[in-house]
Amino acid sequence: MKMKRLAMVAAAALAVASPALADLVFPSLSYRTGPYAANGIPFADGYADYFTLVNERDGGIGGERIKLIECETGYNTEKGVECYEATKGEGALVYQPLSTGITYQLIPKASADGIPVHSMGYGRTSAANGKVFEWIFNYPTNYWYGASIAIKHILDVEGGDISGKKIALVYHNSAYGKEPIRTLEKLSEKHGFELMLLPVDHPGQEQKSQWLQIRRERPDYVLMWGWGVMNQVAIQEAANIRYPMDHFIGIWWSGSENDVKPVGDKADGYKSLNMHMPGADFPIYDDLKKYVYDKGLAAGNGDQAGTVLYNRGMYAAMLAVEAAKKAQEIHGTAKITPAMMRDGMEALEITQEKLAALGLPNFGPEFKVTCENHGGSGLALVQQWDAKAGKWNVVSDYIAPDLDVVWPLIEEDSMAFAKENNIELRCK
Amino acid sequence: MIYREAGDFKTTYRDDSQTFPIRFDRRAYYALVAVAFLVLPFVMNDYWASAVFVPFLIYSIAAIGLNILTGYCGQVSLGTGGFMAVGAYAAYKLMTAFPELNIFFVVLLSGGVTAGVGVLFGLPSLRIKGFYLAVATLAAQFFLVWLFNKVPWFYNYSASGQINAPERTIFGIIVTGPSTPAWSKYLFCLTILFILSWVARNLTRGEVGRTWMAIRDMDIAAEIIGVNPLKAKLTAFAVSSFFVGVAGALFFAVYLGAVEVTEAFGIQKSFLVLFMIIIGGLGSMFGSFAGAAFLVLLPVFLKNALVGGLGWPTDLAAHLELMIVGALIIVFLIAEPHGIAALWRTAKEKLRLWPFPH
Repeated sequence: MKMKRLAMVAAAALAVASPALADLVFPSLSYRTGPYAANGIPFADGYADYFTLVNERDGGIGGERIKLIECETGYNTEKGVECYEATKGEGALVYQPLSTGITYQLIPKASADGIPVHSMGYGRTSAANGKVFEWIFNYPTNYWYGASIAIKHILDVEGGDISGKKIALVYHNSAYGKEPIRTLEKLSEKHGFELMLLPVDHPGQEQKSQWLQIRRERPDYVLMWGWGVMNQVAIQEAANIRYPMDHFIGIWWSGSENDVKPVGDKADGYKSLNMHMPGADFPIYDDLKKYVYDKGLAAGNGDQAGTVLYNRGMYAAMLAVEAAKKAQEIHGTAKITPAMMRDGMEALEITQEKLAALGLPNFGPEFKVTCENHGGSGLALVQQWDAKAGKWNVVSDYIAPDLDVVWPLIEEDSMAFAKENNIELRCK
Repeated sequence: MIYREAGDFKTTYRDDSQTFPIRFDRRAYYALVAVAFLVLPFVMNDYWASAVFVPFLIYSIAAIGLNILTGYCGQVSLGTGGFMAVGAYAAYKLMTAFPELNIFFVVLLSGGVTAGVGVLFGLPSLRIKGFYLAVATLAAQFFLVWLFNKVPWFYNYSASGQINAPERTIFGIIVTGPSTPAWSKYLFCLTILFILSWVARNLTRGEVGRTWMAIRDMDIAAEIIGVNPLKAKLTAFAVSSFFVGVAGALFFAVYLGAVEVTEAFGIQKSFLVLFMIIIGGLGSMFGSFAGAAFLVLLPVFLKNALVGGLGWPTDLAAHLELMIVGALIIVFLIAEPHGIAALWRTAKEKLRLWPFPH
C-alpha cells in the first residue's frame, strides 16, 4: 500500500495548481498524438494561432488577455474527461473538443456545470435545437445538414433525378460516423435512391473488404464520414479500385490536404464538403505573419498555415472570440464568466461586413444564432482536390440543406432527449 | 525494528491465518481504510474523483476479476474489454427498463449477467488451454463489441449508438448522471470495491480458491486428487466475469456517463487490464491494486508533471509518457518478473530484519 500512497502524495503536490482567474481562459482539448493526429494537429495550431494573434495585435478581447490551455486527449474519451476536469476549474469559457465521442460525454456534464460547448460541425446534431440544449451549440452547420447538402450536390450533378441510383456511405463505426444514417435513410425515401452502408472500425486502417464490396456493387456515388488515418486509407483504396474520384464525396472532416496528399496524383478530383473557404488568400494571413509567425509564436511546427483544417481551427477560434466580444457588449464587462459567454454565443451574428473587417472576406456563410436555433444557417460548399496544383478548388456555391427533411428529425431527436432527461423547454 | 513479528503472539489458528498477520501491517491497513472512507470523501474534488480515484477504483475491481481467472486459476483471458462491455450494456438496459431499481442492485445484477456470459465463453476452457484459450477469449472480445455495435436493441435504438447513464440515487444521494457530487461517486465505487475485494480475498483462500490454484499448478494432478475441473474452471470464469462486469457497469454509469462500445471497450482495454495484473503480480490481491495504480496513476502523474510542472508541449509530453511507462514496464519485468507484489514481499522481508540483516 505504501507505493500507492507515495504516488498519491507526489501527484497531489503537482496536480493542484492554484487557479488563476485573471484572464479569459479558452481550453483546447487537442490531439497531437494517435491515429487522428494528422487531422488534430492543424486544427489545434489554427485554434492557438488565432488566439495568439488576438493577444498580440489587439491586446486580447476587450483588453482582457486570452489564456489558452492545451490538453492532449488523443481522441480518447477517458483522457477527454481528465482534460475537462483539469481545465474547468481554471474558469474555462467554452469547450471545443473536436471529437464527437468527447462531445457526447461533455453535453450532460457541461450543462450541469454551466459551461458552454461549441461543437462546430460535429457532435450531437440535435443540439441545434436551442430549446432543449441550453449550453450546447453546433453552428454554423452539422452532420444531418451535411448529409442533405451532399445529396443536393449529387442532385445538381445528376440534373435533379437520382431515383434508382445507388449511393454508398463509408463511415467510421462510431457515434460520429453513424450520425448521418437516419437523415440519409429519410432522403433515400424522398428521392428514391438506394442506400448502402459500409462501416469501418476504429482506427480505420483496414478497409479492404469494404472497398471490395464497392468494387462489386458499383454504387454511383460514395459518401464518406471518416476522420484521421481512415480518410487517407479510404482515398487510397478508392484509387486502387479505380473508383471515379469525382463521384466520391467526403464530409468536411474528410477533406484536408493531409487526407489526399499521401495518395498523390490518383486523388485528383476527390470532392468534399467544407463549411468555409480553403486556402491562404485572406488578408488575415498578413497579420498572422506579422504578429505571430515572424515573432516565432506559431503553435506546433508552424507548417500548417493555409491548410483546410488550420483554417477551420482559426474559424473556430474566431467564432469564439466574436461570441466573447458579444458577451462583453451584452453584459458591459470585460471579465466574462462562462454563463455570460453562453449569452454571447446565443446572440452571435456573422455578417459579410464583419468577416471582411476581420480580414476574412467571404470566408464563411452569414448566419445568426438564436435562442431556438443553435445550429446556424447550415450552409456548406463543395470543394475538389486538384492534385497537380496541390490545392482545393471550390466547385459550388454555398448549398442550403433540405430543412423540410432535417429539422423534423432534429426536433424529434432533441424532444426524445428532453423527455429522457426531464428538460423543460426554453425560449417561450 | 518497528516492523516485526516478535511479541505478536497468536493463540488460535484463526489468528494465525489472518490476512495481515503482522500487527504493523494490520494497523496500516485499518488506517488506510479509515482514511479512504472517513477522510478522503471530505476533501474530494471533481478532478481528483474523475481523473484519479474513480478510474483507479474501477480498474482495481477489473484487475481483481482478471486476476482470479488468470492469476489464481491459470486461464489466460483476452476478453476483459468485451466482458466489461457486457456489464456496461446490462447496466444500461436495466437502468432504462427498470427506472425504480436501485443502482446498487443494477450494478450487482450487471455483474450477474456478465457472469453468465463469462461461463458461456468459458466453456471452451474445458477443452483448450494456454494460447488456444487466449484466442478463444479474444474471439469473445471481438464478438461482444461487434454485437453491441450491431444490434440496436442494446442501445435502445439511439441515432448515434451511444449509451447514456440516466440519473440514479441511493438514499437520495445522486451517484450517476452529470450532477453527481465528486464524493458520492468516489464513495460508491469505494464501497463496492471494498466489499468485492473482501469477498475475493476470502474466496481465494477458501476451498474454491484452492481448487482454482490446484488447476493452475497442474490440472491433471488436481483431477487425480479429486478436483472437478469443470466446476473449478467454470466457477473461476463466473466469479471473474462477475467482477469484470461490475467494473464495466461502474465504468459506464459512474465514471464516464456516456459510452461508445468500440472506443471504450476495445481490445486495448483487455490488454490494459492484463498488463495491470502482470505488472502488479499474478495471483495476488495486492498486485491487482498495485498494477491498477501503476497504469492509471502514473500517466496522469507524468502528464501533470511534464505539462503542468515543466510546461512542456502537450504532444511531446504525451509521447514521452508512452515511452516512460513502456520503459518502466520493461524494467519492472526484468528486475522482478513476478510483479510489484513480489517486490513488495521482498521489501517486507528486508524490513522484518532491519536493521540487523544477519
